[in-house]
Amino acid sequence: MLKNYVKTAFKVFLRRKFFTFISLFAISFTLTVLMVATALLDHVFGPLPPEVKTDRTLGVYELRWEVEAGDSRSAQDGPISYAFLDRYVRTLPDVERVSIFTHFFSSPVTSYKDGEKIESYLRRTDGEFWKIFEFNFVEGGPFTTQDEKDANFVAVINEATRKRFFGDQSAAGKTVEVDGQRFRVVGVVANVPIFRPVPFADIWVPISTSKTRDHLDRQNLLGGFQALVLARKPSDVPRTKEAFRVSLSRVEFPNPGHTNRLYAQAETFFEAVSQRLVGSKEESHPERLLAVIVGFMILFMLLPTINLINLNVSRILERASEIGVRKTFGASSRTLIGQFVVENVLLTLIGGLIGFILSFLVLQMLTHSGLIQYAEFHINHRIFLYGLLIALFFGVFSGVYPAYKMSRLHPAEALRRRA
Amino acid sequence: MIHLESIEKVYRTEKIETLALSSINLDVQEGEFISVMGPSGCGKSTLLNIIGLLDAPTQGKVALNGTEITSYEDRRVARIRNEQVGFIFQTFHLISDLSVLDNVEIPLLYRRNLSGSQRRRMALEALDRVKLTSRVHHFPSQLSGGQQQRTAVARAIAGRPRVLLADEPTGNLDSRMGDEIMGILEDLNRNEKTTIIMVTHDPRLAEKTERIVRLFDGRQVN
Repeated sequence: MLKNYVKTAFKVFLRRKFFTFISLFAISFTLTVLMVATALLDHVFGPLPPEVKTDRTLGVYELRWEVEAGDSRSAQDGPISYAFLDRYVRTLPDVERVSIFTHFFSSPVTSYKDGEKIESYLRRTDGEFWKIFEFNFVEGGPFTTQDEKDANFVAVINEATRKRFFGDQSAAGKTVEVDGQRFRVVGVVANVPIFRPVPFADIWVPISTSKTRDHLDRQNLLGGFQALVLARKPSDVPRTKEAFRVSLSRVEFPNPGHTNRLYAQAETFFEAVSQRLVGSKEESHPERLLAVIVGFMILFMLLPTINLINLNVSRILERASEIGVRKTFGASSRTLIGQFVVENVLLTLIGGLIGFILSFLVLQMLTHSGLIQYAEFHINHRIFLYGLLIALFFGVFSGVYPAYKMSRLHPAEALRRRA
Repeated sequence: MIHLESIEKVYRTEKIETLALSSINLDVQEGEFISVMGPSGCGKSTLLNIIGLLDAPTQGKVALNGTEITSYEDRRVARIRNEQVGFIFQTFHLISDLSVLDNVEIPLLYRRNLSGSQRRRMALEALDRVKLTSRVHHFPSQLSGGQQQRTAVARAIAGRPRVLLADEPTGNLDSRMGDEIMGILEDLNRNEKTTIIMVTHDPRLAEKTERIVRLFDGRQVN
């Protein structure tokens, strides 16, 4: 029966080529936009190298410190001090690893090569950083915890930096001068796109090579650092979050005589973004951000869906005779609904296929445009699956009502109408 | 086999009420070949639709093989139509996008437990009965009127129904083609004992049937 439906579907598509073209255009355009958006979101939040352990990685990115002293109130928020993270995050129980590193939003540092100014994003990290992430090393390897302890002036650079400093030559063992400091290159990694702000940088060096020792000042709660906590397994994540909350409740403030309130979370990157956009001081409310994203997608699909429903309903009269015949010879309303939904899903899948091709082209254009630093967009299996689900949802949702209307046609009435 | 009792059919719109059938009582025995005659608009097609379960009476009972089916729900009625009733229409009502073979297979699509090969075989058998096997892959637009009606007959008999309802089956055909179709129906009635109820304007064809039911303004007349 499915074969008959498919055969009939193609005949119907070819009978009214213009209507079919309009439908396919609407479907493929809508799906292209949604799939490109999904691809962008997946590339920002999904597990992609070097961030592949996202299901058990939590970040402590920001802290908000409110102080009340009599009538006076003040608040500070931002990245955290190294001392705070070292004392209250590195000591969290039952976790696999903790890494502390400088935060992303710092100004680029300057180097000079053959009189030419080179600006690079520098990140200072510990040795654990390289065990939480899975960078793709094209040369050498990472610096270690021992390097960090010994304050060795070693560096890992990305391919783009290698190109800027050394052209097409190997960089391992060579020296780069960055922000007035000289480092020996121990490893070269594939570029990390800028929309991965946690691992992103051009050059990574040990924290202990910082120009000052200010980060060790225990009085500061805020500073220029962030931390990542790698739980042993995904099911440990809630426990790790709770452990951080408990640790936070034990913070010793430099001004105990005042009323101090501290707000911070050990959270996923999505939760962190959600907190900034839709959350509160205490909660990140990731479900709100998800609802907003899904809501926008549904709203975007709504207009073409309504148009497609209208188009399909208007074709009921055209197929009234066929519906009458099928009902006469034993098709129940439910069977006819199934047939027409199959036809609509088929059309949507064809539109989806066109949408995939167009999405691929758009993502390729975005990759090669250089608009987003080091970005390489591609359609992975997750994006393919999301796209397929969106297409199916579109097909079923826009097909059910017209199918229902078609199936309700009285057979005797339907037969009286001519095709 | 078919029992209609006190059948009444009223069509209602917002402003008008039309009495299409009134006080129709009819019994059709198994294997009978009867015709229904009357002027245009007297309710012949409405009567056929009610017998064929395409329409429900406003009042009265319809029974098939002793079982009253007036109040059956949609799916059950559809199944009875599929298994026991075949239809032939004046305007053929073939699906233009499907080939002859695919058109004939339509009733078999809605039968449970029939494989694709079984459907194909039954459809080809039906086409063989109407001598149209040389046109199985043609489309309706490539056939003559007589060939189209023969395809419709094949479609109606593919599932081997016990009752065949023909609404002016020769109405759009010339006399030669009409005689051909009538011959096929007579053959089915004689050899397969298929019960046939035929609406016709042609007294020549009606006289070939066993009994004539006459309608006038929605009522039976003797």
